[in-house]
Amino acid sequence: MSTISSKPAPMEQPWVLPSRGRVGMFSLIAAELAIFSIFVVAYLFYIGKSLTGPLPKDVLELPIFASVCLLSSSLTIHAAVSALRKGKVGAFSMWWFATMVLGLIFLGETAREWYHLIFEKGLTISTNLFGTTYYSLVGLHAFHVTVGLICISIAMILTLRGKVKQEHGERAEVFSLYWHFVDGVWIVVFTVVYVIGR
Amino acid sequence: MASETIALAAAHDVPQPIGTILHDWVTTVDHKKLGILYILYALIFLVIGGIEATIMRIQLIVPHNDFVSPQVFNRMFTMHGTTMIFFVAMPILFGFGNYLIPLMIGARDMAFPRLNAWSFWLTAFGGMLLYFSFIGGNGLYGAGTAPDVGWFAYAPLTATAFSLGHSTDFWTLGLLVSGFGSIGTAINILATIICLRCPGMTLGKMPLLVWLNLVMAAMVLLAISPLTAAQMMLSLDRFLGAHFFDTLAGGSAVMWMHFFWIFGHPEVYVLVIPAFAFASEIIPVFSRKPIFGYPVMVAATICIGFVGFSVWAHHMFTVGMNSYANSFFTITTMAIGVPTGIKIFNWIGTMWGGKIVFKTPMLFCIAFLFQFLIAGLTGIMLSAAPFDWQLGNSYFVVAHFHYVIVGGILFTLFGAFYYWFPKMSGRMYNETLGKLHFWLFLIGFHLTFDFMHVPGLLGMPRRIYTYEPGRGWDIWNLICTIGVFFQIAGTAVFVGNLLWSYFKGKAAGNDPWDAWTLEWSTSSPPVEYNFARIPIVKSRRPLWDIKHPEDPDWKYE
Repeated sequence: MSTISSKPAPMEQPWVLPSRGRVGMFSLIAAELAIFSIFVVAYLFYIGKSLTGPLPKDVLELPIFASVCLLSSSLTIHAAVSALRKGKVGAFSMWWFATMVLGLIFLGETAREWYHLIFEKGLTISTNLFGTTYYSLVGLHAFHVTVGLICISIAMILTLRGKVKQEHGERAEVFSLYWHFVDGVWIVVFTVVYVIGR
Repeated sequence: MASETIALAAAHDVPQPIGTILHDWVTTVDHKKLGILYILYALIFLVIGGIEATIMRIQLIVPHNDFVSPQVFNRMFTMHGTTMIFFVAMPILFGFGNYLIPLMIGARDMAFPRLNAWSFWLTAFGGMLLYFSFIGGNGLYGAGTAPDVGWFAYAPLTATAFSLGHSTDFWTLGLLVSGFGSIGTAINILATIICLRCPGMTLGKMPLLVWLNLVMAAMVLLAISPLTAAQMMLSLDRFLGAHFFDTLAGGSAVMWMHFFWIFGHPEVYVLVIPAFAFASEIIPVFSRKPIFGYPVMVAATICIGFVGFSVWAHHMFTVGMNSYANSFFTITTMAIGVPTGIKIFNWIGTMWGGKIVFKTPMLFCIAFLFQFLIAGLTGIMLSAAPFDWQLGNSYFVVAHFHYVIVGGILFTLFGAFYYWFPKMSGRMYNETLGKLHFWLFLIGFHLTFDFMHVPGLLGMPRRIYTYEPGRGWDIWNLICTIGVFFQIAGTAVFVGNLLWSYFKGKAAGNDPWDAWTLEWSTSSPPVEYNFARIPIVKSRRPLWDIKHPEDPDWKYE
């Protein structure tokens, strides 16, 4: 069968290909970007086309605190990954925990905002076009934060049980790509929903 | 090396209880088994989709026919289109990709074997969900069974007010689920090709099939995702009362069209690029010449990949756009004919001066060249916006895209079946039956789809369930329907040939075609780990180098 391998030719240089985890994650991010772009386009297209209120300028407030938390979680996860790369599991678990807390604060802030909009302002997904596009775009992002937090929690539990070691550095890094992507998308969502759309 | 393989093969020959075999297939993560599952699954749906097409053609055989009711006719064209695109063409091409890519790049499996199994079962579940609509689509109101909104499901037909019951829900959820499967497979194909190539196989030495699947997978990521997003919006509209496509609340029906076609047109290239890939492997082997213009073929494919994303609104000329949009999409659509034309010239250049062997796979590929050319030419006609205003939504359009999908994609797929059947099954197909299949299908195809252009030119719109006599459409519809029966006969010969050859065919040997790519260096069928030792390649035709050590390719590349 493998007649080819019967006389292996000496290779001039070592044969190194990119890691499959990174390539897979970048591909997933490309697909996710396409999904988000469609929702962003829909949001931009429907700005100012709602037939009834409430309108964004009446009900939306800038979520500065939540945004600061989410964006700084990119820094903490980066610190966590580079700590794990160096084998400092203690520092890793601290930074990783900080990431988790920051992500949870962000989700909590989103929940508070939605509670305010639904119960105090009477805006739901079926109220008007603003409600439709707002809840779906912000909700899609919040869903991605939730998925990320589930992954972070699983890794946190494994860390507390002493299962995470230096050799898992690459896996943590591949996950951190996803987390950075979720943070990056938030900048777009923030700009579209709270700056342009207001 | 050889003795190891034989010992292992013998171990596999011990008969196992049927439960164990089934369990093996259901829980497998082996790319070859999943590839075959994809292909068998798609073949079943090919027959179902074919039956739906036959029902439509029988209904249209004479004017004022009442073979089926208008309601059933609407369900038939919706299910036929949806099935053929999402549950035949996509899975069958993914199946071949799954089976062949690791073998061709000298890898032992895909990059993410479990993701691979997950993707397959999602696709399978999506198809079942769609077809469950036949029994489950009644909903609470007892209205409708299968989806009847057309395969592109324009708003407001899909709104809850116009589509009662759950038929449209099954449609949108089925496509959403299988869309996730497609994205998973695309990620897997990309990671496999980029990360698992055997030593020496630089990008410039990959077989063309691998290159073309790389471009296809990248296109799937960027084309299926918008559809997924649009299906999420439709689900929100239907389940939670959102207003994305609800014109009464200020929503836009045209936005659905844009979102659908920004998926829909790249999808055509997602399907046709793997078909090009089969032709690019089969034509050189049966012309006994290396492919002509390899770098140009790669460049043309990438070019199609880019331009393919900027042509979608040529499906919407008749909807009404401004003149700038019309001009832009006319020009891009015409421009995409250039890289496609380059490919046709390269295949002809490969055959030119070659020692052509007219075996069944080659016959299908030669027919593909002619038919794809004609499909491309009617495509250029339709790309001109004023011409499209006249013929949009007519049978001319139906004839055009069936020329692409049947005359182009299905013909190369049949060629690929015959070409790789010996590798997948270990047995040779029957050449006489293969040729019979080819001629029956060729005659049937041309009877149906050549003559379908004419009623279109005479003004017959698509999706009508019957028509008045005396408009000059009668004879053409009769001929189209007669052609269908030739196609059915050809397909029956094909399935019979596969079944008979699988049990009774001659042993094929490892390399029945004297081919040049790595999959032919493994046993037929390949063992689970593909290669006992990972091969090292030095040229685009590694097997040629082995067979001709005195004159290897790498001296010239």
